[in-house]
Amino acid sequence: MAELNIAQALNSALGIALEDAKVVLIGEDVGTTGGVFRVSDGLQQTHGPARVIDTPVAESGIVGAAFGMAVAGMKPIAEIQFMGFSYPAYDQVINHVARIRNRSRNRFTAPLVLRIPYGAGIGAAEHHSESAEAIYVQAPGVKVVVPATPYDAKGMLLAAVDDPDPVIFLEPIRLYRSIRQEVPDEAYRVPLGVAAHRREGTDVSLVGYGSMMRELTAAADELTASGISVDLIDLRSLVPFDAEVVIDSAQRTGRVVIVQEAPRSAGFAAEIAAQIQEKALYSLNAPVERVTGYDIVVPLRRAEKHFVPSVERVVAAARRTLQA
Amino acid sequence: MSMEPRQILAPDGTLRGDSPLEMAEIRRLYRAMVSARVYDHKASAMQRQGRLATYAQFEGQEACQIGSVAPLLAQDWLAGTYRDAAAMWFHGYTWRNLLLGRTGDERGGQAPEGVRVLPPSITVGGHMIHAVGLGWAERLQGSDGVALTLFGDGATSEGDFHEAMNFAAVFATPTIFFCQNNGWAISMPREQQTKSETIAQKAAGYGMVGELVDGNDLLAVYDVTKAAVDRARSGVGPTLIEGLTFRVGPHTTNDDAGRYRTDDSVAAWRERDPIERVRRYLVAQDMWDEQWQTDIEAAEAQAVEDAVAAAEALEPFTAGEMFDAMYSEPTAQIVEQRKEAERG
Repeated sequence: MAELNIAQALNSALGIALEDAKVVLIGEDVGTTGGVFRVSDGLQQTHGPARVIDTPVAESGIVGAAFGMAVAGMKPIAEIQFMGFSYPAYDQVINHVARIRNRSRNRFTAPLVLRIPYGAGIGAAEHHSESAEAIYVQAPGVKVVVPATPYDAKGMLLAAVDDPDPVIFLEPIRLYRSIRQEVPDEAYRVPLGVAAHRREGTDVSLVGYGSMMRELTAAADELTASGISVDLIDLRSLVPFDAEVVIDSAQRTGRVVIVQEAPRSAGFAAEIAAQIQEKALYSLNAPVERVTGYDIVVPLRRAEKHFVPSVERVVAAARRTLQA
Repeated sequence: MSMEPRQILAPDGTLRGDSPLEMAEIRRLYRAMVSARVYDHKASAMQRQGRLATYAQFEGQEACQIGSVAPLLAQDWLAGTYRDAAAMWFHGYTWRNLLLGRTGDERGGQAPEGVRVLPPSITVGGHMIHAVGLGWAERLQGSDGVALTLFGDGATSEGDFHEAMNFAAVFATPTIFFCQNNGWAISMPREQQTKSETIAQKAAGYGMVGELVDGNDLLAVYDVTKAAVDRARSGVGPTLIEGLTFRVGPHTTNDDAGRYRTDDSVAAWRERDPIERVRRYLVAQDMWDEQWQTDIEAAEAQAVEDAVAAAEALEPFTAGEMFDAMYSEPTAQIVEQRKEAERG
């Protein structure tokens, strides 16, 4: 066991995954320099440039080549440096990676892992702060997962590598180095599609994932301190979505706040709210609240604090549900 | 496919042919390069002080940027990248807005009225095709305006490069593709970026004129680009120019170039500095003196200081102001969300 941050936990998982000769890591600057966030630090030195592959600057090329490798029996882990750079590869994801199983009627599959750092909060340049998870959820055929802790990051990445289907693996940028946790040295798996019940409570359910879990946890602390019992759920996986845990929670508390960093309209929070409405409407004591980014371009450094949902906004939303 | 880079001014400052420019113009462009470097150093220093967000230095690429913009007229378009502040400024952008953008403020993206410079492209390669449309529209609207796009060696690996080059050639658009081959795309050296011996030769596959030029030679960059601009303006069509230069600094202030290259490789290029080369020429022509150098550096340092002060004096967006400029008229959702954000 060692105390690791998320970047280090992912590095540990990648090192274990690369022990399998079928696994390659492919992306821009992943090798010599260890990735722009140093997640693959040292791995090219250990496994060589044929397996930790620095590519030309070509996102569609990275994902398209990884697709071909995956179909031919390899297990590529592709990296796109920032979510805002993933769009040139979106055609490959939605039209090819996500569809090959279906259009070949199970003859071919492309079980690659596509790692994409995402989210705002580090004062980065344009296109470096996006939370576009919903567009990947709208590509049926790929799984979409989002760890929020070092333990989950390692276990979910190893589970993603094992998975027989393609997995979009989102890495919350602002949590890379902000949380440390005891992480086993050896391999272990955290199953995909299973939400984590972080806290049991009876008054209000807080539901979120990925980058927002830090704010959700702080909000839960604040609410708990004022005598409110919080049920805190970290979804960890958007596809498959662990609806049962959320519906059960909504039925027990009758009050739900869903938090996402992405813009509001047609975000994943809307899907969660719709499912609660379908399956737990008569248990609700208040309208389901969403705390989200806004329907605008993610602001740059000087204004991004107004965009990313704050602890205050989450707490206020929870209190509104309790006043209803 | 072997190509020799075009050179007019040798690194020692001697002419290898006729200068395409009068002395007064050479001095004006020299001054612009010196000014740009003053800005670049100032911006780097401000980033270290925490006053700017990530900054991408262009040191060493001044001849490419000033020399390629010099043949443009005000009616012509420029679409460049995050590393092209010198070119943007020389085509009419302000230091103030360039700095404002780097503090992380959207208002830095607004070109002054009438200045035909797009906000710098931050994603790699998407803007090259824009220069096809910009130039094309000029022609369709009866203007002889042209469009210059600047990009790096890494961008030529993007699929968008292919589409841009092909469109430009097929439709003979008045577009000048200027690749600043600075040797590095973050940690990826040029020789791993493409197996092509030169980037310029890629033009042949598109049926386009390709030119290779010493990118640290102001006079050669000007000469080659001027010829390309003339071809574009007269309706002959596009040109791909590869300027051989070097990224003296790291990719950005977030990058540690020591992880993938040696200091020796940088030192060799410092010897080929584009500004020093022109200075040597001017000295030999008795058109340079210490006092002039001091004066232009001081004047530009003051101009940049003023720009910094103007940028920093601007209050950050309020929560409400970040909703501006999304649509010509805000949608009902934006109106509602703006109110929500303003409530806090």
